[in-house]
Amino acid sequence: MTEQTAPPLTVGPLTLTDLVRYQGASGDFNPIHHDGDAAAKAGLDAVIAPGMLSAGLMSSWLLSWSSRRSVRAFAIRFTAPVRLGDTLTVHGEITAGGDGTVQVAMTCANEQGKVVAKGQATLHRPQGGQ
Amino acid sequence: MTGEREGVEVPAWTAEPFTLHIERGKLREFTRAVRTPQPWPGDEDVVPPTFLTTMRHWVGGPSEAWPLLGFDPARTMHAGEEYEFVGPPPTVGMTLVGQSRIEKIEERTNRAGATLRFGTMVTEFRDLDGALVARARLTGVETPVAGEGGRD
Repeated sequence: MTEQTAPPLTVGPLTLTDLVRYQGASGDFNPIHHDGDAAAKAGLDAVIAPGMLSAGLMSSWLLSWSSRRSVRAFAIRFTAPVRLGDTLTVHGEITAGGDGTVQVAMTCANEQGKVVAKGQATLHRPQGGQ
Repeated sequence: MTGEREGVEVPAWTAEPFTLHIERGKLREFTRAVRTPQPWPGDEDVVPPTFLTTMRHWVGGPSEAWPLLGFDPARTMHAGEEYEFVGPPPTVGMTLVGQSRIEKIEERTNRAGATLRFGTMVTEFRDLDGALVARARLTGVETPVAGEGGRD
């Protein structure tokens, strides 16, 4: 049985509220994600989004076609900053599978097509099949 | 001039254990923040795969391993994160015991002669019987001091 994935997931434009909501939820209160002065002191020209917000959005694409309980591994590498106003799109595809295990590759890109994060996931029976 | 790499394996710098209670309200808040889709029937209490990043609400002081690296927070960026789950991810109602350790520090010199430091912290999450439930591996990079190694 071949698993079907899902169309890309698009989220944005990201607002400061989106970043603040994520920071409160996750416990990462690094001020570079909500305070322009702190961002400037860190050498940034503006606040940037937490990388883990992109990671969370990538997991939401994954979970749009697979069950939460099927996930066995999820890895993300951050490749470019995400800024306020960015619209992010997550694409992914199945790269390997067998014996009920599925490997997935994912990318997250901004509206200019720049890849901001790459990820991989391992699923076990993503849709509950045999 | 090509970059050079020096790997430095450090002894296991291990922080104190911490407790993490997986709570329904926090799951709701987190899934809203990352736009997790509606769960499949039976999955309502299962956490999405990056949920354990909320350990930040539970660690502090002696249970924090990352500060052992001595990286400058103002120059440190999150480079990557990996989660592994022994079976399905954990659920609301579970109490996990987490413990973090520094696994590796690596220094690299870039083409401009500036030094970047990469640190890797591993956190293991166990249930109350001591069985491993999940493992997180966080990589952070400390970027060069402004002006170091740049062109004049």
